[in-house]
Amino acid sequence: MITRRDFLVLACSVASTSVCATPAAVQDAIRKLTGGAPVAKGKVRLDVLPLIENGNSVVLSVSVDSAMTPAEHVKAIHVFALQNPLPNVVSVYLGPRSGRARFTTRVRVADSQMLHAVAQLSDNSFWSDSVEVIVTLPACSEER
Amino acid sequence: MARAIVNVPARARRGEVIGIKALVGHVMETGYRHTETGAVIPRDIIRTFVCNYNGEEIFRADFHPAVAANPLIEFTTIATASGKLEFRWTGDNGFSAAESASITVE
Repeated sequence: MITRRDFLVLACSVASTSVCATPAAVQDAIRKLTGGAPVAKGKVRLDVLPLIENGNSVVLSVSVDSAMTPAEHVKAIHVFALQNPLPNVVSVYLGPRSGRARFTTRVRVADSQMLHAVAQLSDNSFWSDSVEVIVTLPACSEER
Repeated sequence: MARAIVNVPARARRGEVIGIKALVGHVMETGYRHTETGAVIPRDIIRTFVCNYNGEEIFRADFHPAVAANPLIEFTTIATASGKLEFRWTGDNGFSAAESASITVE
């Protein structure tokens, strides 16, 4: 017979394993994006406060070192969060008309983790930056 | 129709890089939360945001559940000609919102 306590422990363990994207899932998501091309560190700058009090709304900004000319520009920037239920956070598509390779938005961060930004340049090379963040009040945990 | 606010400079010099902010009212329900009875609250998010400048697409974003409620997005573009910037958000359950702004380029 399953006691109430057993049930809670089981439910919690199932929830904690199923609700989190595994590192493999993140690698898969990035590989799907790059088509197996190598991702180099550099050029990209992911700006986010390292200590987050409220994970429900985190200001996140990504900029890429690029001249943004028709010949050489950033095509897309993707943000991934390893510990979120879904590793994809946001993808933006830019072009030479953007002027600067930079955007800012507000995101949810489920737990203390690494955040990754991957930029795709017009020559189809991929560049990335990672930031480790600590979250006091995680998103997704509150129930209604 | 959801409330949307955009911020575009009214005037700019030709060739100048201008900053644009776009905010829309939306709960961005993730689909990962549960009610007190354990039922999953179904996902209800904005999927895409597109900005057109005089009919030509200059910026596009794909949102996932990790984008916070009332999505705010800031980006830049080059002021090329006077005209209209159109912003459109589309999402789950047939959600659609649109806003526009005029710019004078000298």
